[in-house]
Amino acid sequence: INASTENAEKQYVGFATLPNQVHRKSVKKGFDFTLMVAGESGMGKSTLVNSLFLTDLYKDRKLLNAEERINQTVEIIKHTVDIEEKGVKLKLTIVDTPGFGDAVNNNECWKPITDYIDQQFEQYFRDESGLNRKNIQDNRVHCCLYFIPPFGHGLRPVDVEFMKALHEKVNIIPLIAKADCLTPNEIKKLKDRIREEIDKFGIKVYQFPECDSDEDEEFKQLDKELKECTPFAVIGSNTVVEARGQRVRGRLYPWGIVEVENQSHCDFVKLRNMLIRSHMHDLKDVTCDVHYENYRAQCIQEMTSKLAQDNRMESPIPILPLSTPDVDTEKLIKMKDEELKRMQEMLNKMQQQMHEKDQ
Amino acid sequence: LPSSTAFNTHFQYRSVKQARSKNEEKRNLSLGGHVGFDSLPDQLVSKSVTQGFCFNILCVGETGIGKSTLMNTLFNTMFENEEASHYQNGVYLRPRTYDLQESNVHLKLTIVDTVGFGDQINKEDSYKPIVDYIDTQFENYLQEELKIKRSLFNYHDTRIHICLYFIAPTGHSLKSLDLVTMKKLDSKVNIIPIIAKADTISKSELHKFKIKIMSELVSNGVQIYQFPTDDEAVSEINASMNAHLPFAVVGSVEEVKVGNKTVRARQYPWGVVQVENESHCDFVKLREMLIRVNMEDLREQTHARHYELYRRCKLEEMGFKDTDPDSQPFSLQETYEAKRKEFLGDLQRKEEEMRQMFVNKVKETEAELKEKERELHDKFEQLKRMHQEEKRKVEEKRRDLEEEMNAFNRKKVAAETLSLSQPLKKDKDKKK
Repeated sequence: INASTENAEKQYVGFATLPNQVHRKSVKKGFDFTLMVAGESGMGKSTLVNSLFLTDLYKDRKLLNAEERINQTVEIIKHTVDIEEKGVKLKLTIVDTPGFGDAVNNNECWKPITDYIDQQFEQYFRDESGLNRKNIQDNRVHCCLYFIPPFGHGLRPVDVEFMKALHEKVNIIPLIAKADCLTPNEIKKLKDRIREEIDKFGIKVYQFPECDSDEDEEFKQLDKELKECTPFAVIGSNTVVEARGQRVRGRLYPWGIVEVENQSHCDFVKLRNMLIRSHMHDLKDVTCDVHYENYRAQCIQEMTSKLAQDNRMESPIPILPLSTPDVDTEKLIKMKDEELKRMQEMLNKMQQQMHEKDQ
Repeated sequence: LPSSTAFNTHFQYRSVKQARSKNEEKRNLSLGGHVGFDSLPDQLVSKSVTQGFCFNILCVGETGIGKSTLMNTLFNTMFENEEASHYQNGVYLRPRTYDLQESNVHLKLTIVDTVGFGDQINKEDSYKPIVDYIDTQFENYLQEELKIKRSLFNYHDTRIHICLYFIAPTGHSLKSLDLVTMKKLDSKVNIIPIIAKADTISKSELHKFKIKIMSELVSNGVQIYQFPTDDEAVSEINASMNAHLPFAVVGSVEEVKVGNKTVRARQYPWGVVQVENESHCDFVKLREMLIRVNMEDLREQTHARHYELYRRCKLEEMGFKDTDPDSQPFSLQETYEAKRKEFLGDLQRKEEEMRQMFVNKVKETEAELKEKERELHDKFEQLKRMHQEEKRKVEEKRRDLEEEMNAFNRKKVAAETLSLSQPLKKDKDKKK
């Protein structure tokens, strides 16, 4: 036994500690996450955010009257908080979109939202392309929770238009809001209907990444259940009630108590686990690797096509120059072209001669 | 005697006003025995039961808010209904009429649904189809009333007696669309606002929500229906119900066993919401107010207030007044004659215009035709001339040809005669 452990020690290089090093460094650096919430007024967005992060972000907020909302435009309001848990620091930014869908005429009411997301991309693009990149602030939106009202039969035109305007800019997670107005059967029907309509209209919502094949069965089963449960039907609460001898977040009704964290009452726990405990980093990755990269590529393409039209303008950011040949190079190219042609002709002639000789 | 309101539905308000203005002196007499006219209300009742009643409900609310389910729950029956789609281009109204009977009372119930309400992205015109529908029913009644041969007692009254406005249970306040729509409807129909799907609001939230809604309605001058408190028999219950508006309702046609009873309810994992339990929701209050206590008052208000307002506006639009510039009551005859003259004058003018236009058109076309004719004529002349010219040329050529031929023949003859006289020499010469 001694010999094998000695051998093992000799063969042990030590890079197996890398994950620990990553962990240590990341704890030191801290994390940041930007979450956007969107949906009509009264869908319980603020209550849900408070329930998710177990804090009260919305003290002293003013709600508008119906009269004030007739011609309301959509605003973007950011709340940033620093929270810490077991030594891990998180800078959490919640982006609110009050006024969405509240006016009588909601034509293009999502435009301020798409503009905001693009602005964050643009800012990051500039920062990334700058000379001093030490302290880049990442304000890009990593995830957008979209609240669908539970009162209807499925998606409404405004829901479809909003998601289609945003699905290539941000990870969209659709939620069924205020799910305590639906019986279990009604929830299932509505979820099926919404999934069908999302497919039908070609909306690309955030997809959970596939499990690795070497994960254990239990994990795979949980993952499967999670995916089949979308869109999550959620309930939020700002109040703590006494239920079954415990103090829990819930809603008190004359006919019973709805517990926010009871999985047979709603999907809140699934959402929290997915959003915070398992997929927060994947949401960030998809934002950086897919949405941001798409934006960047598009931006560069537009810029270079403009540059090609206007020779005097210099590129404002360092990018690999696409070949816009100057005069000398063009001459060279022409010469080489002609040479090539000549050689091709000679070759053809020789081939012909050979052909004739054969005959 | 019963309350004056019951009688007035059967008299024209206008004639009553005129009678009062004559300032008659009334004396109260005491009776020496039982005459029997205290049976008048019963006679009235039996007549109306024989006639049957008619009631029209308009349900306004977004798709899926529970309008059909509430109607089913209220009338304890399953009215046919397909689920509406969210993708209508606009709002349209769908009226359905049913014949119901309870004991010996017949009710012709019409339920009008607003399909597509609240679904469009731009809802600025959403209220229009609703207002148009209500006005059309008023117009139809007005037309019947103005007919020479009319049968009002037989007329199927489709005027909307009550508009139930379904408010979404957001818990904050009214939606902007709700405010805009109710403002457009409040002068045309009795509105009772209700909070739909109220099993999603807790008791404390509900209290705040109701207060907020009512204050928004008041501050924006929206007139909703007040349960009448002038009749002592029902004034107390009506007054208390007025304080519970808007009613927070839950509808269900499914039955759940609670204790040893089966009741209409919604079953959740955390409990059972019973529709007819007053501590769960205000359904019982709505049914009481809408159907059991104030149905007749709703019909009356529709006729006496909303319809009269429509009628007055419409007639004023058409140019009718009750008094002429000297404040003497207008004779309908005179007004009618004046209108008729005006109308005939208009007609004549229009006829003249059209005749003039026709004459002008005919002249124009005639001129065109003449022009064309002349052109054709000219062309014909030209062609004729060309033809003659050619003919002449051909004639010339023919004559030339003839001359040539003659000349040639003469030469030929001459040559022949010559050759005959000196044939050999010629030949020999030729051969050389």
